[in-house]
Amino acid sequence: MILSRRRFLHQSVLASASLLAAPAVLRQGAFAADDPVLVGSLHDQSGALAASGVPMVYALNLAIDEINAAGGLLGRPLKVIHYDTQSNIQMYSQYAQQLALKDKVAVVHGGITSASREAVRPTFDRFKVLYFYNVLYEGGVCDRNTFCTGTTPAQTVEKLVPFAMGKSGKKAYIIAADYNYGQITAKWMTKYVKDNGGDVLSIDFFPLDVTNFGPTISKIQAAKPDLVLSALVGGNHTAFYRQWTSAGMKGQIPIASTTFGLVNEPSTLDAAESENILGAYGYFEELDTPASKSFVEKIKKAHPDTPYISELAAATYEGVYLWAEGVKKAGSLDRMAVIEALESGLSYEGPSGKVTLDKATHHTTRNAFLAEVKSTKWSVLESYPDVLPADTASVCDLVKNPRDVKQYVINL
Amino acid sequence: MDIYVILLLDVINGASSLFLICLGLAIIFGMMKIINLAHGEFIMLGAYATVISANNGVNIWIAMLVVAPLFVGLVGLVIERCLIRFLYGRLVDSMLATWGLSLLIIGIVTTIFGNTIQGVPTPLGGFSIGAYRSSYYTLFLLLMAVLMMAAIYVVMRYTRLGLIARATMQNPGMANTLGVNPSTVYMGTFAAGAAVTGLAGGLLAPVSGITPVMGGAYVAKAFITVVGGGAAILSGTLSSASLFGALNQVGAYLTTPVFGEVIVFTAAIILIRLLPQGISGRFFKGNL
Repeated sequence: MILSRRRFLHQSVLASASLLAAPAVLRQGAFAADDPVLVGSLHDQSGALAASGVPMVYALNLAIDEINAAGGLLGRPLKVIHYDTQSNIQMYSQYAQQLALKDKVAVVHGGITSASREAVRPTFDRFKVLYFYNVLYEGGVCDRNTFCTGTTPAQTVEKLVPFAMGKSGKKAYIIAADYNYGQITAKWMTKYVKDNGGDVLSIDFFPLDVTNFGPTISKIQAAKPDLVLSALVGGNHTAFYRQWTSAGMKGQIPIASTTFGLVNEPSTLDAAESENILGAYGYFEELDTPASKSFVEKIKKAHPDTPYISELAAATYEGVYLWAEGVKKAGSLDRMAVIEALESGLSYEGPSGKVTLDKATHHTTRNAFLAEVKSTKWSVLESYPDVLPADTASVCDLVKNPRDVKQYVINL
Repeated sequence: MDIYVILLLDVINGASSLFLICLGLAIIFGMMKIINLAHGEFIMLGAYATVISANNGVNIWIAMLVVAPLFVGLVGLVIERCLIRFLYGRLVDSMLATWGLSLLIIGIVTTIFGNTIQGVPTPLGGFSIGAYRSSYYTLFLLLMAVLMMAAIYVVMRYTRLGLIARATMQNPGMANTLGVNPSTVYMGTFAAGAAVTGLAGGLLAPVSGITPVMGGAYVAKAFITVVGGGAAILSGTLSSASLFGALNQVGAYLTTPVFGEVIVFTAAIILIRLLPQGISGRFFKGNL
């Protein structure tokens, strides 16, 4: 074939045009029905919070795998886009933008500390990405784009304080971590102690890097309370329980805590140091129901080295399923359609029992449990079915004010 | 009345643990002018060495007093040979390198042992004074602080080893012409400082929550104390550890733990303003 100059130009223009167009044409095909639905995940898998974040990611992946094995959502498989936020708030902001703008995910599950939640929540509001926060926290978030599936103080502290006071006495001494969680939780503790006719002798706050609790232990002895209420947080603060025991105070004054045992304190502290500490959460690994047992078994089978499976992991698992139920009911991935479906009183039977989303607050009505440490394991003493998020409900009504996007500080 | 005895015990506890934490840093910083930002991680390694060996059946005392300093001393030796020896006299570079080192150590420990809290129970029991209770471990910490002080004093003052070390620190060139190899002396000093730090980590293990990132809680306080103490290893560290330890404990008792820390940092700023050379630069000049 003789290639004239004109013909050559003609052909090469055609060829390059089709090459240029190819990605767009192929991309079109890629948006077909079996293209995966993207689920964003922001959890700390390294740094100070990794022991909390790692089981949450295991639980999230388990839920996604199960949904995929059952045929996916709307006939499409789910795919997790996970970012390790490294216990660093800056990473949260950066990856939140990435999930919203670059990955364009359908929903984001994640955030551990209240600080991290408040760092990413405005981003997801702005870019209209549905957000699930699956962690117990101080309550008060009121945002139609956000669902909080963990417990709040009205669901746990309200049960813990009267139970502990009934066991030992009316005078309480509160020790708490010095940031928003500890400060607000200490307020709740004070409220419930007073509601039950007791006295708060003193409230002490500790920066997260305090390691020496000697003076505090002396102060507590001087105040002679019947009960110590603890909202201490993190590795450094577990030193308190050690020093408490080594001073011989263990068994003298009982301790109830809203944070102890969320990671794996009962199994790493010595039996003598943790015995008889009381705690109340929305879930315990030791829970004796078939759903809970099979949940624990599945995670442990996939990851034998997993740390304690606490409320954080259970609520994450339930959060993913609640979202999936919402999508199923809405029949689409459209954000508003899913939110409306989730607001229709949707519920899911998870490892902790029945979890129901509350329309007015976007929090959950769920079971709460009270347990005591017995030879390095939690032994569940009481369960309270279907506890309402009454604290948030007292300040937040998304039916009346659907445009609300703030976190209320609940005045006590 | 009893409460004053208890408070005194708190002060002793604060001062002696601070002294133990700082001693290794004082040796490395005071003698060689290397700012070791991985100091907190050396403490963490000592604590881990204690916990891991104690949980594997080693006697807790051996784990604390032998395994921890030996292990961290060896780690220090390797680090000195591979990293620190290229950085003598380069203050800023040594800070950067040891900071990177601290991140590396945290990463390695996290990878091996996971990011969970480890621990061993506190040995020895408690005793009561009137209506109050305290722990024998407090007195044991004091005993260890006194023993370490005595040991370092004797080694530095009365042995040939100590003489060589002091000479090298004062004038490495002159020591070299007199037949001492400064490189070996630096290596030994760094390893010794690391071992002392490891011992402190081991001793703190039974009363702390042990995680890979625990070092961060100690490193700032240790630096403030060493800088506040000045050049003299023993008298400087001892006086500033007692001062800051007492201020912290009494402040935390009378106000809140938050103000306890604030008082210490404020005191440190005033101290450095008044005595830029540290306490020993003014009062214990020429002492060890």
